[in-house]
Amino acid sequence: MLVNLISGDRPRSAILTVLLLGVLVCLAFAPFLFPGVRALDTAATICVFILLVASYDLLLGYTGIVSFAHTMFFGFGAYGVALASIHMERGWDALFVGTLAGALAAAVVAFVIGLFSLRVRAIFFAMITLAVASAVAVLVSQLFQLTGGEDGLTYQIPRELTPAFRLGEVFGVRINGRILNYYLVFFTCLALFLVLLRIVNSPFGSVLEAIRENDFRAEAIGYRVVAYRTAASCLSAAMAALAGSLYAIWLRYVGPDTTLSFEIMLDVLLMVVIGGMGTMYGAVLGAVIFVLAQNYLQNLMGAGAGLTADLPLIPQLLDPNRWLMWLGILFILSVYFFPTGIVGRLRSRK
Amino acid sequence: MSEPILALDGVVTDIGQYHILKGVSFEVPRGQVTMLLGRNGVGKTTTLRTIMGLWPARAGRILLDGEDIARAPVSNRAGQGVGFVPEDMGIFSDLTVEENMILAARSGPLDGARRDWLFAAFPPLRTFWRSEAGNLSGGQKQMLSIARAMAEERRLYLIDEPTKGLAPAIVSTMVGALRELKAQGASILMVEQNFSVARALGDRVVVMDDGVVVWTGTMAELAADTARQERLMGLSVEAH
Repeated sequence: MLVNLISGDRPRSAILTVLLLGVLVCLAFAPFLFPGVRALDTAATICVFILLVASYDLLLGYTGIVSFAHTMFFGFGAYGVALASIHMERGWDALFVGTLAGALAAAVVAFVIGLFSLRVRAIFFAMITLAVASAVAVLVSQLFQLTGGEDGLTYQIPRELTPAFRLGEVFGVRINGRILNYYLVFFTCLALFLVLLRIVNSPFGSVLEAIRENDFRAEAIGYRVVAYRTAASCLSAAMAALAGSLYAIWLRYVGPDTTLSFEIMLDVLLMVVIGGMGTMYGAVLGAVIFVLAQNYLQNLMGAGAGLTADLPLIPQLLDPNRWLMWLGILFILSVYFFPTGIVGRLRSRK
Repeated sequence: MSEPILALDGVVTDIGQYHILKGVSFEVPRGQVTMLLGRNGVGKTTTLRTIMGLWPARAGRILLDGEDIARAPVSNRAGQGVGFVPEDMGIFSDLTVEENMILAARSGPLDGARRDWLFAAFPPLRTFWRSEAGNLSGGQKQMLSIARAMAEERRLYLIDEPTKGLAPAIVSTMVGALRELKAQGASILMVEQNFSVARALGDRVVVMDDGVVVWTGTMAELAADTARQERLMGLSVEAH
Protein backbone atom coordinates (compact mmCIF):
# COMPACT_ATOMS: atom_id res chain seq x y z
CA MET A 1 0.00 0.00 0.00
CA LEU A 2 2.81 2.38 0.91
CA VAL A 3 4.50 1.64 -2.42
CA ASN A 4 1.21 2.42 -4.17
CA LEU A 5 0.94 5.64 -2.22
CA ILE A 6 4.33 6.78 -3.52
CA SER A 7 3.39 5.58 -7.02
CA GLY A 8 6.04 2.86 -6.99
CA ASP A 9 8.79 5.49 -6.85
CA ARG A 10 10.95 3.91 -4.16
CA PRO A 11 13.80 5.98 -2.69
CA ARG A 12 16.28 3.33 -3.97
CA SER A 13 18.76 3.95 -1.16
CA ALA A 14 18.62 2.74 2.43
CA ILE A 15 20.06 6.01 3.78
CA LEU A 16 17.61 8.06 1.74
CA THR A 17 14.70 5.94 2.99
CA VAL A 18 15.76 6.53 6.60
CA LEU A 19 16.19 10.27 6.00
CA LEU A 20 12.79 10.60 4.33
CA LEU A 21 11.03 8.60 7.03
CA GLY A 22 12.82 10.73 9.63
CA VAL A 23 11.58 13.93 7.98
CA LEU A 24 8.06 12.52 7.69
CA VAL A 25 7.93 11.51 11.37
CA CYS A 26 9.44 14.81 12.56
CA LEU A 27 6.96 16.85 10.52
CA ALA A 28 3.98 14.65 11.39
CA PHE A 29 4.64 14.98 15.13
CA ALA A 30 6.31 18.40 15.09
CA PRO A 31 3.90 20.03 17.60
CA PHE A 32 4.65 17.24 20.09
CA LEU A 33 8.36 16.70 19.38
CA PHE A 34 9.43 20.34 19.06
CA PRO A 35 7.30 22.55 21.27
CA GLY A 36 7.44 26.29 20.82
CA VAL A 37 6.21 28.83 18.33
CA ARG A 38 9.44 29.12 16.40
CA ALA A 39 9.83 25.36 15.91
CA LEU A 40 6.26 25.02 14.68
CA ASP A 41 6.75 27.96 12.35
CA THR A 42 9.90 26.32 10.95
CA ALA A 43 8.06 23.00 10.47
CA ALA A 44 5.18 24.70 8.61
CA THR A 45 7.64 26.63 6.42
CA ILE A 46 9.42 23.36 5.61
CA CYS A 47 6.09 21.75 4.57
CA VAL A 48 5.21 24.68 2.29
CA PHE A 49 8.68 24.82 0.74
CA ILE A 50 8.74 21.07 0.12
CA LEU A 51 5.61 21.51 -1.99
CA LEU A 52 6.92 24.66 -3.68
CA VAL A 53 10.31 23.09 -4.49
CA ALA A 54 8.69 19.83 -5.67
CA SER A 55 6.43 21.80 -8.01
CA TYR A 56 9.52 23.57 -9.38
CA ASP A 57 11.25 20.21 -9.78
CA LEU A 58 8.39 19.12 -12.04
CA LEU A 59 9.34 22.02 -14.29
CA LEU A 60 13.11 22.12 -14.00
CA GLY A 61 14.07 18.56 -13.12
CA TYR A 62 11.51 16.60 -15.10
CA THR A 63 10.78 18.86 -18.07
CA GLY A 64 14.06 20.76 -18.35
CA ILE A 65 12.41 24.19 -18.30
CA VAL A 66 14.17 27.01 -16.45
CA SER A 67 11.63 29.50 -15.15
CA PHE A 68 12.13 32.53 -12.92
CA ALA A 69 8.42 33.10 -12.46
CA HIS A 70 7.78 30.35 -9.94
CA THR A 71 7.59 32.64 -6.93
CA MET A 72 5.19 34.83 -8.90
CA PHE A 73 2.78 31.87 -9.00
CA PHE A 74 3.50 31.25 -5.31
CA GLY A 75 2.47 34.88 -4.76
CA PHE A 76 -0.72 34.45 -6.81
CA GLY A 77 -1.89 31.78 -4.36
CA ALA A 78 -0.89 33.81 -1.32
CA TYR A 79 -2.49 37.04 -2.53
CA GLY A 80 -5.58 35.06 -3.63
CA VAL A 81 -6.18 33.95 -0.05
CA ALA A 82 -5.33 37.39 1.35
CA LEU A 83 -7.62 39.31 -0.99
CA ALA A 84 -10.49 36.84 -0.60
CA SER A 85 -10.12 36.94 3.19
CA ILE A 86 -10.22 40.74 3.16
CA HIS A 87 -13.06 41.18 0.68
CA MET A 88 -15.25 38.27 1.77
CA GLU A 89 -16.53 37.45 5.22
CA ARG A 90 -14.09 35.75 7.56
CA GLY A 91 -14.55 32.01 7.05
CA TRP A 92 -13.67 28.86 5.17
CA ASP A 93 -15.41 30.14 2.03
CA ALA A 94 -12.86 32.92 1.68
CA LEU A 95 -9.96 30.48 2.00
CA PHE A 96 -11.51 28.13 -0.53
CA VAL A 97 -12.34 30.85 -3.05
CA GLY A 98 -8.96 32.55 -2.63
CA THR A 99 -7.06 29.30 -3.04
CA LEU A 100 -9.04 28.28 -6.11
CA ALA A 101 -8.77 31.74 -7.69
CA GLY A 102 -5.01 31.85 -7.06
CA ALA A 103 -4.43 28.41 -8.57
CA LEU A 104 -6.63 29.21 -11.56
CA ALA A 105 -4.94 32.56 -12.18
CA ALA A 106 -1.52 30.89 -11.95
CA ALA A 107 -2.51 28.16 -14.41
CA VAL A 108 -3.99 30.68 -16.87
CA VAL A 109 -0.95 32.99 -16.76
CA ALA A 110 1.40 29.97 -17.09
CA PHE A 111 -0.68 28.85 -20.09
CA VAL A 112 -0.38 32.23 -21.79
CA ILE A 113 3.37 32.52 -21.09
CA GLY A 114 3.87 28.93 -22.24
CA LEU A 115 1.91 29.32 -25.42
CA PHE A 116 3.89 32.39 -26.44
CA SER A 117 7.33 31.41 -25.29
CA LEU A 118 7.76 27.65 -24.91
CA ARG A 119 8.37 27.33 -28.64
CA VAL A 120 11.52 29.42 -28.32
CA ARG A 121 14.86 28.30 -26.94
CA ALA A 122 15.11 27.60 -23.22
CA ILE A 123 17.20 30.70 -22.47
CA PHE A 124 14.56 32.99 -24.02
CA PHE A 125 11.82 31.33 -22.00
CA ALA A 126 13.85 31.92 -18.83
CA MET A 127 14.29 35.60 -19.77
CA ILE A 128 10.59 36.04 -20.53
CA THR A 129 9.58 34.52 -17.17
CA LEU A 130 12.09 36.80 -15.45
CA ALA A 131 10.59 39.84 -17.16
CA VAL A 132 6.99 38.85 -16.35
CA ALA A 133 7.85 38.07 -12.71
CA SER A 134 9.64 41.41 -12.31
CA ALA A 135 6.71 43.26 -13.88
CA VAL A 136 4.24 41.56 -11.51
CA ALA A 137 6.44 42.32 -8.48
CA VAL A 138 6.54 46.00 -9.47
CA LEU A 139 2.79 45.99 -10.09
CA VAL A 140 2.05 44.49 -6.67
CA SER A 141 4.29 47.09 -5.09
CA GLN A 142 2.61 49.95 -6.96
CA LEU A 143 -1.02 48.87 -6.54
CA PHE A 144 -0.84 49.50 -2.81
CA GLN A 145 -4.57 50.21 -2.46
CA LEU A 146 -5.30 46.66 -3.54
CA THR A 147 -2.19 44.77 -2.46
CA GLY A 148 -0.91 46.82 0.45
CA GLY A 149 2.22 47.64 -1.53
CA GLU A 150 5.53 46.92 0.21
CA ASP A 151 3.73 46.67 3.57
CA GLY A 152 1.65 43.74 2.40
CA LEU A 153 -1.71 42.65 3.78
CA THR A 154 -2.86 41.21 7.08
CA TYR A 155 -6.24 39.51 7.34
CA GLN A 156 -8.31 37.17 9.44
CA ILE A 157 -8.64 33.46 8.88
CA PRO A 158 -11.31 31.16 10.40
CA ARG A 159 -11.16 31.19 14.19
CA GLU A 160 -10.62 27.39 14.23
CA LEU A 161 -7.15 28.01 12.77
CA THR A 162 -6.01 30.64 15.27
CA PRO A 163 -4.39 30.28 18.72
CA ALA A 164 -7.60 31.63 20.30
CA PHE A 165 -9.39 28.38 19.45
CA ARG A 166 -8.63 25.80 22.17
CA LEU A 167 -9.47 22.12 22.19
CA GLY A 168 -7.69 20.62 25.19
CA GLU A 169 -4.44 18.80 25.90
CA VAL A 170 -2.81 15.78 24.23
CA PHE A 171 0.47 14.35 25.65
CA GLY A 172 0.93 17.53 27.63
CA VAL A 173 0.60 19.76 24.57
CA ARG A 174 -2.25 22.27 24.40
CA ILE A 175 -4.12 21.69 21.18
CA ASN A 176 -5.25 24.99 19.73
CA GLY A 177 -6.18 26.40 16.35
CA ARG A 178 -2.53 27.07 15.53
CA ILE A 179 -1.83 23.34 15.72
CA LEU A 180 -4.92 22.60 13.64
CA ASN A 181 -3.62 25.16 11.15
CA TYR A 182 -0.27 23.33 11.12
CA TYR A 183 -1.96 20.01 10.38
CA LEU A 184 -4.01 21.62 7.61
CA VAL A 185 -0.71 22.77 6.04
CA PHE A 186 1.04 19.44 6.72
CA PHE A 187 -1.64 17.11 5.34
CA THR A 188 -2.40 19.29 2.32
CA CYS A 189 1.30 19.52 1.44
CA LEU A 190 1.67 15.76 1.93
CA ALA A 191 -1.33 15.01 -0.28
CA LEU A 192 -0.16 17.41 -3.01
CA PHE A 193 3.37 16.01 -2.86
CA LEU A 194 1.91 12.52 -3.41
CA VAL A 195 -0.09 13.90 -6.35
CA LEU A 196 3.14 15.28 -7.83
CA LEU A 197 4.81 11.88 -7.32
CA ARG A 198 1.87 10.28 -9.15
CA ILE A 199 2.22 12.77 -12.01
CA VAL A 200 5.94 12.23 -12.54
CA ASN A 201 5.54 8.45 -12.39
CA SER A 202 2.67 8.40 -14.88
CA PRO A 203 3.11 8.05 -18.67
CA PHE A 204 2.75 11.86 -18.76
CA GLY A 205 5.83 12.10 -16.52
CA SER A 206 7.77 9.77 -18.82
CA VAL A 207 6.93 12.01 -21.77
CA LEU A 208 8.20 15.03 -19.82
CA GLU A 209 11.46 13.22 -19.09
CA ALA A 210 11.74 12.25 -22.74
CA ILE A 211 11.24 15.89 -23.74
CA ARG A 212 13.88 17.01 -21.25
CA GLU A 213 16.37 14.57 -22.75
CA ASN A 214 15.64 15.14 -26.42
CA ASP A 215 12.67 17.22 -27.51
CA PHE A 216 13.16 16.52 -31.23
CA ARG A 217 13.10 12.78 -30.58
CA ALA A 218 9.99 13.08 -28.44
CA GLU A 219 8.32 15.02 -31.24
CA ALA A 220 9.44 12.36 -33.75
CA ILE A 221 7.64 9.62 -31.85
CA GLY A 222 4.46 11.65 -31.90
CA TYR A 223 4.35 13.89 -28.82
CA ARG A 224 3.48 17.56 -29.24
CA VAL A 225 6.31 19.02 -27.22
CA VAL A 226 4.81 22.50 -26.81
CA ALA A 227 1.54 21.05 -25.54
CA TYR A 228 3.29 18.86 -22.98
CA ARG A 229 5.62 21.65 -21.86
CA THR A 230 2.69 24.01 -21.47
CA ALA A 231 0.73 21.41 -19.49
CA ALA A 232 3.70 20.84 -17.18
CA SER A 233 4.12 24.59 -16.78
CA CYS A 234 0.42 25.04 -15.85
CA LEU A 235 0.47 22.14 -13.38
CA SER A 236 3.64 23.38 -11.78
CA ALA A 237 2.26 26.93 -11.51
CA ALA A 238 -1.02 25.73 -9.97
CA MET A 239 0.89 23.65 -7.41
CA ALA A 240 3.10 26.63 -6.55
CA ALA A 241 -0.03 28.75 -6.09
CA LEU A 242 -1.51 26.14 -3.75
CA ALA A 243 1.73 26.23 -1.74
CA GLY A 244 1.39 30.02 -1.64
CA SER A 245 -2.18 29.77 -0.38
CA LEU A 246 -1.11 27.44 2.43
CA TYR A 247 1.70 29.80 3.36
CA ALA A 248 -0.76 32.71 3.48
CA ILE A 249 -3.14 30.70 5.66
CA TRP A 250 -0.26 29.88 7.99
CA LEU A 251 1.27 33.38 8.20
CA ARG A 252 -1.98 35.41 8.12
CA TYR A 253 0.12 37.96 6.25
CA VAL A 254 1.34 38.39 2.68
CA GLY A 255 3.87 40.82 1.34
CA PRO A 256 6.27 41.00 -1.59
CA ASP A 257 9.16 39.86 0.60
CA THR A 258 7.46 36.70 1.84
CA THR A 259 6.03 35.49 -1.47
CA LEU A 260 7.20 37.35 -4.57
CA SER A 261 10.83 38.25 -4.04
CA PHE A 262 13.59 37.11 -6.38
CA GLU A 263 15.48 36.02 -3.29
CA ILE A 264 12.89 33.28 -2.69
CA MET A 265 13.21 32.24 -6.32
CA LEU A 266 16.95 31.77 -5.88
CA ASP A 267 16.34 29.86 -2.64
CA VAL A 268 13.96 27.50 -4.47
CA LEU A 269 16.49 27.01 -7.25
CA LEU A 270 19.18 26.17 -4.71
CA MET A 271 16.91 23.77 -2.84
CA VAL A 272 16.17 21.84 -6.05
CA VAL A 273 19.85 21.69 -7.01
CA ILE A 274 21.06 20.71 -3.53
CA GLY A 275 18.37 18.06 -3.07
CA GLY A 276 18.74 16.61 -6.55
CA MET A 277 16.91 17.60 -9.71
CA GLY A 278 14.36 15.28 -11.26
CA THR A 279 13.92 13.17 -8.13
CA MET A 280 11.04 14.80 -6.17
CA TYR A 281 12.58 13.44 -2.96
CA GLY A 282 15.35 15.97 -3.50
CA ALA A 283 12.76 18.68 -2.82
CA VAL A 284 12.20 17.20 0.64
CA LEU A 285 15.87 17.13 1.62
CA GLY A 286 16.69 20.43 -0.08
CA ALA A 287 13.86 22.28 1.65
CA VAL A 288 14.59 20.73 5.07
CA ILE A 289 18.31 21.56 4.95
CA PHE A 290 17.80 25.06 3.57
CA VAL A 291 15.01 26.15 5.90
CA LEU A 292 16.78 24.70 8.94
CA ALA A 293 19.98 26.49 7.94
CA GLN A 294 18.09 29.75 7.44
CA ASN A 295 16.46 29.45 10.87
CA TYR A 296 19.10 27.86 13.06
CA LEU A 297 22.55 28.39 11.53
CA GLN A 298 22.91 31.71 13.36
CA ASN A 299 22.12 30.04 16.72
CA LEU A 300 24.54 27.22 15.99
CA MET A 301 27.28 29.67 15.09
CA GLY A 302 26.60 31.75 18.18
CA ALA A 303 27.02 28.63 20.33
CA GLY A 304 30.19 27.70 18.44
CA ALA A 305 31.62 31.21 18.91
CA GLY A 306 30.87 31.00 22.63
CA LEU A 307 32.61 27.64 22.98
CA THR A 308 35.71 28.81 21.10
CA ALA A 309 35.88 32.28 22.69
CA ASP A 310 39.43 31.72 23.97
CA LEU A 311 40.82 30.68 20.59
CA PRO A 312 42.17 33.13 18.01
CA LEU A 313 40.27 33.87 14.74
CA ILE A 314 37.68 31.08 15.12
CA PRO A 315 35.20 33.08 17.23
CA GLN A 316 35.35 35.88 14.64
CA LEU A 317 34.70 33.39 11.85
CA LEU A 318 31.79 31.90 13.78
CA ASP A 319 30.25 35.29 14.51
CA PRO A 320 26.47 34.83 13.96
CA ASN A 321 26.48 37.89 11.68
CA ARG A 322 28.59 35.92 9.20
CA TRP A 323 25.92 33.25 8.77
CA LEU A 324 25.24 34.13 5.13
CA MET A 325 28.92 33.59 4.29
CA TRP A 326 28.82 30.10 5.83
CA LEU A 327 25.54 29.36 4.12
CA GLY A 328 27.18 30.29 0.81
CA ILE A 329 30.22 28.13 1.55
CA LEU A 330 27.94 25.21 2.47
CA PHE A 331 26.14 25.50 -0.85
CA ILE A 332 29.30 25.75 -2.90
CA LEU A 333 30.65 22.64 -1.17
CA SER A 334 27.41 20.72 -1.58
CA VAL A 335 27.16 21.54 -5.29
CA TYR A 336 30.86 20.64 -5.71
CA PHE A 337 30.63 17.32 -3.88
CA PHE A 338 27.06 16.41 -4.88
CA PRO A 339 26.69 17.57 -8.50
CA THR A 340 23.63 15.32 -8.88
CA GLY A 341 22.25 16.54 -5.57
CA ILE A 342 22.02 14.67 -2.31
CA VAL A 343 19.45 12.21 -3.63
CA GLY A 344 21.47 11.52 -6.79
CA ARG A 345 24.57 10.94 -4.69
CA LEU A 346 22.80 8.61 -2.26
CA ARG A 347 21.25 6.63 -5.09
CA SER A 348 24.57 6.17 -6.85
CA ARG A 349 26.23 4.69 -3.74
CA LYS A 350 26.92 0.98 -4.19
CA MET B 1 0.06 -2.47 -58.78
CA SER B 2 -1.44 -0.85 -55.66
CA GLU B 3 -0.84 2.78 -54.76
CA PRO B 4 2.55 3.26 -53.04
CA ILE B 5 2.54 3.88 -49.29
CA LEU B 6 4.94 6.79 -49.78
CA ALA B 7 5.81 8.97 -52.74
CA LEU B 8 8.30 11.82 -52.87
CA ASP B 9 7.82 14.31 -55.67
CA GLY B 10 10.55 16.89 -56.32
CA VAL B 11 11.51 17.29 -52.65
CA VAL B 12 14.04 20.05 -52.02
CA THR B 13 15.71 20.47 -48.62
CA ASP B 14 18.24 23.07 -47.57
CA ILE B 15 20.27 22.92 -44.38
CA GLY B 16 21.50 26.42 -43.71
CA GLN B 17 23.13 27.65 -46.91
CA TYR B 18 23.64 24.13 -48.29
CA HIS B 19 21.28 22.60 -50.83
CA ILE B 20 21.18 18.97 -49.74
CA LEU B 21 18.17 17.51 -51.57
CA LYS B 22 17.76 18.96 -55.07
CA GLY B 23 14.45 17.49 -56.20
CA VAL B 24 14.19 13.96 -54.88
CA SER B 25 11.43 11.81 -56.37
CA PHE B 26 10.77 8.12 -55.73
CA GLU B 27 8.11 5.76 -54.45
CA VAL B 28 8.02 3.22 -51.61
CA PRO B 29 5.72 0.31 -52.53
CA ARG B 30 3.32 -1.00 -49.90
CA GLY B 31 4.46 -4.13 -48.02
CA GLN B 32 8.00 -4.09 -49.40
CA VAL B 33 11.46 -3.12 -48.18
CA THR B 34 12.98 -0.28 -50.17
CA MET B 35 16.68 0.30 -49.64
CA LEU B 36 17.99 3.84 -50.00
CA LEU B 37 21.62 3.48 -51.09
CA GLY B 38 24.45 5.75 -52.16
CA ARG B 39 27.85 7.05 -51.14
CA ASN B 40 28.35 9.00 -47.90
CA GLY B 41 26.99 12.54 -47.92
CA VAL B 42 24.61 12.18 -50.89
CA GLY B 43 21.49 13.02 -48.82
CA LYS B 44 20.11 9.64 -47.67
CA THR B 45 19.75 10.55 -43.99
CA THR B 46 18.44 14.00 -44.95
CA THR B 47 15.79 12.28 -47.08
CA LEU B 48 14.57 10.23 -44.10
CA ARG B 49 14.65 13.25 -41.78
CA THR B 50 12.76 15.32 -44.35
CA ILE B 51 10.06 12.65 -44.65
CA MET B 52 9.80 12.67 -40.85
CA GLY B 53 9.70 16.47 -40.80
CA LEU B 54 12.89 16.93 -38.79
CA TRP B 55 14.22 19.00 -41.69
CA PRO B 56 11.59 21.09 -43.47
CA ALA B 57 11.14 20.51 -47.21
CA ARG B 58 11.51 23.82 -49.05
CA ALA B 59 9.66 22.48 -52.06
CA GLY B 60 8.02 19.31 -53.35
CA ARG B 61 5.40 16.92 -52.04
CA ILE B 62 5.63 14.02 -49.62
CA LEU B 63 2.59 11.81 -50.11
CA LEU B 64 1.72 9.31 -47.38
CA ASP B 65 -1.06 7.13 -48.76
CA GLY B 66 -1.83 9.93 -51.20
CA GLU B 67 -2.03 12.66 -48.54
CA ASP B 68 0.57 15.43 -48.70
CA ILE B 69 2.32 15.60 -45.32
CA ALA B 70 5.17 17.89 -46.39
CA ARG B 71 3.92 20.75 -44.21
CA ALA B 72 2.52 18.65 -41.34
CA PRO B 73 4.14 18.96 -37.88
CA VAL B 74 6.56 16.20 -36.89
CA SER B 75 4.26 14.83 -34.19
CA ASN B 76 1.39 14.53 -36.70
CA ARG B 77 3.53 12.44 -39.05
CA ALA B 78 4.40 10.09 -36.21
CA GLY B 79 0.72 10.09 -35.22
CA GLN B 80 -0.18 9.04 -38.76
CA GLY B 81 1.86 5.88 -38.35
CA VAL B 82 5.36 6.73 -39.49
CA GLY B 83 7.92 5.02 -37.24
CA PHE B 84 11.45 6.45 -37.33
CA VAL B 85 14.67 4.78 -36.22
CA PRO B 86 17.38 7.46 -36.41
CA GLU B 87 21.04 6.81 -37.08
CA ASP B 88 21.99 7.93 -33.55
CA MET B 89 19.37 5.53 -32.07
CA GLY B 90 17.66 8.38 -30.23
CA ILE B 91 16.72 6.39 -27.17
CA PHE B 92 15.91 8.16 -23.90
CA SER B 93 18.78 7.11 -21.70
CA ASP B 94 17.29 8.41 -18.41
CA LEU B 95 14.19 6.26 -18.86
CA THR B 96 14.01 2.50 -18.40
CA VAL B 97 13.71 0.13 -21.35
CA GLU B 98 10.09 -0.41 -20.35
CA GLU B 99 9.35 3.33 -20.25
CA ASN B 100 11.01 3.78 -23.66
CA MET B 101 8.73 1.08 -25.07
CA ILE B 102 5.59 2.43 -23.40
CA LEU B 103 6.32 5.89 -24.80
CA ALA B 104 6.56 4.45 -28.29
CA ALA B 105 3.18 2.69 -28.09
CA ARG B 106 1.15 5.77 -28.93
CA SER B 107 -2.24 4.20 -29.57
CA GLY B 108 -2.63 2.58 -26.13
CA PRO B 109 -0.91 0.25 -23.68
CA LEU B 110 1.90 -1.91 -25.07
CA ASP B 111 0.27 -5.06 -26.40
CA GLY B 112 1.38 -8.19 -24.48
CA ALA B 113 1.68 -10.43 -27.54
CA ARG B 114 3.71 -7.82 -29.38
CA ARG B 115 5.99 -7.38 -26.38
CA ASP B 116 6.61 -11.14 -26.26
CA TRP B 117 7.38 -11.11 -29.95
CA LEU B 118 9.89 -8.29 -29.42
CA PHE B 119 11.44 -10.16 -26.48
CA ALA B 120 11.90 -13.20 -28.75
CA ALA B 121 13.46 -11.03 -31.48
CA PHE B 122 15.65 -9.03 -29.07
CA PRO B 123 16.29 -11.17 -25.93
CA PRO B 124 18.40 -8.52 -24.10
CA LEU B 125 15.32 -6.30 -23.84
CA ARG B 126 13.66 -8.84 -21.53
CA THR B 127 16.81 -9.03 -19.37
CA PHE B 128 17.17 -5.26 -19.03
CA TRP B 129 13.44 -4.40 -19.09
CA ARG B 130 13.57 -2.36 -15.90
CA SER B 131 17.10 -0.98 -16.34
CA GLU B 132 17.88 2.55 -17.45
CA ALA B 133 18.38 2.55 -21.21
CA GLY B 134 21.55 4.62 -20.80
CA ASN B 135 23.24 1.58 -19.21
CA LEU B 136 22.75 -0.64 -22.29
CA SER B 137 25.58 -1.49 -24.69
CA GLY B 138 25.65 0.04 -28.17
CA GLY B 139 24.08 -3.04 -29.75
CA GLN B 140 21.38 -3.27 -27.10
CA LYS B 141 20.57 0.41 -27.57
CA GLN B 142 20.14 -0.20 -31.30
CA MET B 143 17.87 -3.17 -30.54
CA LEU B 144 15.80 -0.94 -28.26
CA SER B 145 15.67 1.76 -30.91
CA ILE B 146 14.30 -0.65 -33.52
CA ALA B 147 12.03 -2.42 -31.03
CA ARG B 148 10.59 0.95 -30.11
CA ALA B 149 9.63 1.59 -33.73
CA MET B 150 8.04 -1.88 -33.75
CA ALA B 151 6.16 -1.32 -30.47
CA GLU B 152 2.98 -1.09 -32.50
CA GLU B 153 2.06 -1.63 -36.10
CA ARG B 154 3.09 1.31 -38.30
CA ARG B 155 2.06 2.24 -41.78
CA LEU B 156 5.65 2.95 -42.69
CA TYR B 157 9.03 2.38 -41.05
CA LEU B 158 11.95 4.72 -41.73
CA ILE B 159 15.16 3.05 -40.56
CA ASP B 160 18.55 4.75 -40.79
CA GLU B 161 21.60 2.48 -40.81
CA PRO B 162 20.42 -0.07 -38.24
CA THR B 163 23.63 -2.12 -38.33
CA LYS B 164 26.16 0.71 -38.24
CA GLY B 165 29.08 -0.08 -35.93
CA LEU B 166 27.56 -3.30 -34.57
CA ALA B 167 29.29 -6.63 -33.96
CA PRO B 168 28.46 -9.39 -36.53
CA ALA B 169 26.42 -11.43 -34.02
CA ILE B 170 24.23 -8.43 -33.25
CA VAL B 171 23.92 -7.62 -36.95
CA SER B 172 22.46 -11.08 -37.57
CA THR B 173 20.00 -10.61 -34.67
CA MET B 174 18.99 -7.31 -36.20
CA VAL B 175 18.59 -8.78 -39.69
CA GLY B 176 16.50 -11.63 -38.25
CA ALA B 177 14.15 -9.20 -36.52
CA LEU B 178 13.81 -7.02 -39.62
CA ARG B 179 13.10 -10.13 -41.72
CA GLU B 180 10.26 -11.01 -39.36
CA LEU B 181 8.92 -7.48 -39.65
CA LYS B 182 9.11 -7.77 -43.43
CA ALA B 183 7.32 -11.14 -43.30
CA GLN B 184 4.43 -9.41 -41.51
CA GLY B 185 3.97 -7.25 -44.61
CA ALA B 186 5.50 -4.05 -43.23
CA SER B 187 6.42 -1.19 -45.56
CA ILE B 188 10.00 -0.13 -44.88
CA LEU B 189 12.33 2.51 -46.25
CA MET B 190 15.84 1.82 -45.01
CA VAL B 191 19.24 3.44 -45.40
CA GLU B 192 21.99 0.84 -45.12
CA GLN B 193 25.69 1.04 -45.96
CA ASN B 194 26.32 -2.69 -45.47
CA PHE B 195 25.41 -4.06 -48.87
CA SER B 196 25.10 -7.68 -47.74
CA VAL B 197 22.48 -6.58 -45.20
CA ALA B 198 20.76 -4.46 -47.85
CA ARG B 199 20.73 -7.40 -50.25
CA ALA B 200 19.37 -9.77 -47.58
CA LEU B 201 16.41 -7.50 -46.77
CA GLY B 202 15.72 -5.28 -49.77
CA ASP B 203 13.04 -5.78 -52.43
CA ARG B 204 13.58 -2.52 -54.23
CA VAL B 205 16.45 -0.06 -54.41
CA VAL B 206 16.68 3.69 -54.73
CA VAL B 207 20.21 4.99 -55.37
CA MET B 208 21.02 8.63 -54.65
CA ASP B 209 23.94 10.82 -55.67
CA ASP B 210 24.51 14.48 -54.93
CA GLY B 211 20.99 15.13 -53.65
CA VAL B 212 19.05 13.44 -56.47
CA VAL B 213 17.86 9.94 -57.28
CA VAL B 214 20.06 8.42 -59.97
CA TRP B 215 18.61 4.92 -60.25
CA THR B 216 15.63 2.89 -59.06
CA GLY B 217 14.98 -0.78 -59.62
CA THR B 218 14.78 -4.13 -57.90
CA MET B 219 17.43 -5.50 -55.58
CA ALA B 220 17.75 -8.55 -57.84
CA GLU B 221 18.65 -6.30 -60.80
CA LEU B 222 21.28 -4.39 -58.81
CA ALA B 223 22.74 -7.49 -57.18
CA ALA B 224 23.20 -9.11 -60.57
CA ASP B 225 25.00 -6.15 -62.13
CA THR B 226 28.44 -5.56 -60.63
CA ALA B 227 29.30 -2.80 -63.09
CA ARG B 228 26.17 -0.88 -62.10
CA GLN B 229 27.00 -1.23 -58.40
CA GLU B 230 30.48 0.18 -58.97
CA ARG B 231 29.19 2.97 -61.16
CA LEU B 232 26.38 3.98 -58.81
CA MET B 233 27.89 3.45 -55.41
CA GLY B 234 31.54 2.63 -55.80
CA LEU B 235 31.02 -0.90 -54.48
CA SER B 236 30.30 -4.38 -55.65
CA VAL B 237 28.46 -7.27 -54.13
CA GLU B 238 31.59 -9.40 -54.40
CA ALA B 239 33.43 -6.95 -52.18
CA HIS B 240 31.02 -7.71 -49.32
